[in-house]
Amino acid sequence: MSFPWAEHYTPKHPLMKWVDDRLPLPRFVYNAVGAGYPVPRNLNYFWNFGVLSGAALIVQIITGIILAMHYAASSGVAFESVEHIMRDVNGGWLLRYAHSNGASFFFIVVYIHIFRGLFYSSYKAPREMVWLLGVVIFLLMMATAFMGYVLPWGQMSYWGAQVITGLFSAIPLVGEPIHTWLLGGFAPGNAALNRFFSLHYLLPFVIAAVIILHIWALHIPGSSNPTGVEVKGPQDTVPFHPYYTAKDGFGLGVFLVLYCAVLFFAPNWLGHPDNYIPANPMATPAHIVPEWYFWPFYAILRAFTFDFFFVPAKLLGVFAMFASILLLFVLPWLDTSPVRSGSYRPLFKKFFWLLVVDVLILGYCGGAPAAEPFVMISQIAAAYYFAHFLIILPIVSRIERPLPLPNSITESVLGHEPAGVAAKPAIAAE
Amino acid sequence: MVTVEHSDTAVPAVEGEGVRRRDFINIAAVSFAGVGVVATLPTLINQMNPSADVLAQATTEVDLSSIKPGQAIKAVFRSQPLFVRQLTPKEIEEADAVPVSSLRDPQSLEERTQPGKKQWLVTMGVCTHLGCVPLGTGEGENRGEFGGYFCPCHGSTYDTAARIRKGPAPKNLAVPAYKFTSDTAILVG
Repeated sequence: MSFPWAEHYTPKHPLMKWVDDRLPLPRFVYNAVGAGYPVPRNLNYFWNFGVLSGAALIVQIITGIILAMHYAASSGVAFESVEHIMRDVNGGWLLRYAHSNGASFFFIVVYIHIFRGLFYSSYKAPREMVWLLGVVIFLLMMATAFMGYVLPWGQMSYWGAQVITGLFSAIPLVGEPIHTWLLGGFAPGNAALNRFFSLHYLLPFVIAAVIILHIWALHIPGSSNPTGVEVKGPQDTVPFHPYYTAKDGFGLGVFLVLYCAVLFFAPNWLGHPDNYIPANPMATPAHIVPEWYFWPFYAILRAFTFDFFFVPAKLLGVFAMFASILLLFVLPWLDTSPVRSGSYRPLFKKFFWLLVVDVLILGYCGGAPAAEPFVMISQIAAAYYFAHFLIILPIVSRIERPLPLPNSITESVLGHEPAGVAAKPAIAAE
Repeated sequence: MVTVEHSDTAVPAVEGEGVRRRDFINIAAVSFAGVGVVATLPTLINQMNPSADVLAQATTEVDLSSIKPGQAIKAVFRSQPLFVRQLTPKEIEEADAVPVSSLRDPQSLEERTQPGKKQWLVTMGVCTHLGCVPLGTGEGENRGEFGGYFCPCHGSTYDTAARIRKGPAPKNLAVPAYKFTSDTAILVG
């Protein structure tokens, strides 16, 4: 894997040598996230967010396993069992708030991770598979988060389940049977709650498995970097450990400070008060909204209020919402520019920031009531979202004149080519 | 295959091209295993469908005697809300005034009610968009600009015959099968 100058694992302790001969797991870890993995020397702090996403997943799995010890997945008692966790279980309030806010922070770091990939075109050859697996992880995360939000069986849980499973009833002919099949009934009930709990427990481990594939695929070509220029020699890289374990460790500290600030001082800030009302199938809350991390996609769903020829508005909205994510699967083939980094693409850079603003506008509209002017703004913003990927990006790739690239990573760091090619970077000024 | 060499000597193959016995055994074994896997699927898939206790929910009887003209009530049918509403003469007039062909889901009020009982509008209280419960049964609730029902989730607006007039919902509120057991009671389901 990776570069020929990667450092080799040599077990020092006889016990480690004994283990290495029989099961080379320490060697595997050393080569994956240790000194055996050479990484470009010029990574900036945006490269922290992959590790931060992994850390967030670990927080979710640990708190989730504990919550499952106290939670009861039955529609009659689920709401009470969550209140039991909040009031009676020792430290239960902290664990549940850590889990619910952990989901939000997981999405925050993953969204930054995704936009990092978009700006630096991390999806381009030879890293397409890394990107595709990343989109798979994102879809799994969304499914997991949605099902987790149903478990407390509050009003938003119930009506969120109703609306999201209702998406499938938009499919012509087989939609209604599929809807009933997914729920195990005609409306969300005990059957739906139980299967959501089962899958909510399963999917994080599936995510962990796909993350292993994601990192495996990344380590074949090695990490990209802010210049987008490929590694040319040993002078361009530093070992992952201790250089990036230290840098990621610092980032993790900042992440945990922000996470704890929300967790301890505003634990309900990102939630919705209606979910503290027990589920009531007879009354819809005045304003149903999903969790904030789904708002941009919810806005696209709601943007379709008109039929298009014979296709009903409902089906169009559902199709557009899924398409907005599935579109990311073909992104590596839509952006044909040979230059990776947005830093050297003046036109692309402008449109990148427009896309960021567009997604933020969609997010705002998705959280707003289904009324004007938000419907019209969502329609324009949704149209722009698709236009960015399907029209603007391919055209920009063709007409843009990129800025001159540095000859190497080292040149971009030092401002000149290194004196001797064999010179190891050691503690080069970064 | 690792045993090719062995099979070539142990099993006299037909000279030249053609299917050998080992190929046949191979295909037969894999096919049989495949049939076995497929045979497990119906059970694995069908367990997700509504269970017997969910399906066994009885029909619902609704007493109409307490519903005054202009009022609506919410009942429960198959654990979903059911709207029963007595229309006022003005509401019936409004519903009849709309040309049926101009509607998204063309249906007249007659087709949506029972003969001679045009004032009794019985529909599911489930928005045909994504399944929220529309507003408009309770006193003072928003009935939308067409005076029927208004779904707060995505703004679908229904008229006094519970027909979709505006917003993303594709269909009118569904009318379940029901019959009058007396002048003041219906049996739904």
